[in-house]
Amino acid sequence: MEFNKELDARGLNCPLPILRTKKALAEMASGEILKVIATDPGSVKDMQAFAKQTGNDLINSAEAGGEYTFFMKKK
Amino acid sequence: METKKLAIIATKGTLDWAYPPLILASTAAALGYEVQIFFTFYGLQMVRKDLSGLKISPMGNPGMPMKMPFGPKWFRGINWNIPNAVQGVIPGFESFATSLMKMTIANNGVATVPELRELCIEADVKFIACQMTVELFGFEHSDFIDGLEFGGAATFFEFAGETDICLFI
Repeated sequence: MEFNKELDARGLNCPLPILRTKKALAEMASGEILKVIATDPGSVKDMQAFAKQTGNDLINSAEAGGEYTFFMKKK
Repeated sequence: METKKLAIIATKGTLDWAYPPLILASTAAALGYEVQIFFTFYGLQMVRKDLSGLKISPMGNPGMPMKMPFGPKWFRGINWNIPNAVQGVIPGFESFATSLMKMTIANNGVATVPELRELCIEADVKFIACQMTVELFGFEHSDFIDGLEFGGAATFFEFAGETDICLFI
């Protein structure tokens, strides 16, 4: 999947992946896509909740080998 | 949509209990909330320039696992059940437990307290220190970080009365 920016949140625990995601999105333009890679299993639920509450669109999330990848489209 | 608001009263002054208010405040700010934390009593330790007052005390805390943050896996898995009476007579036990906790925090990719506090400030979380307890504990305004406001219960309610969520921690 194509993306405009990548955020490596591997090794970080709650709430850092969400805070870094928020910060990364703030520097992006509307409609751009942020790719986030995380290892915190809690980030799966948290990313969904973040998207729901902020209006950003979580267009895809996947897990492979203990890593979680998210694609978030900025509102 | 109107901005949601969160008010937190932070009353605890140990390293572990510094986490819930700072995590919730920074996360809420990231979700678009307007956030205010009122620091009172021991919670004032979280907004001092010097954070060394924040320690872990396993004393009287039976819920706290005592595990070593180093060594092989089998060793890390041991829960060191040290009786309070023994902890109480070992000099520096709290400092020892605090440094172990800080290692555990780093090992788990958990943010440090100064880091979380900075993230809150960056996200415009408003910090208010209770003037009454500042005086009660003999602190000076210069002991605290910049940007802090000092106020009392009425100051807290001015914001808290308008909030969607209000927590006492």
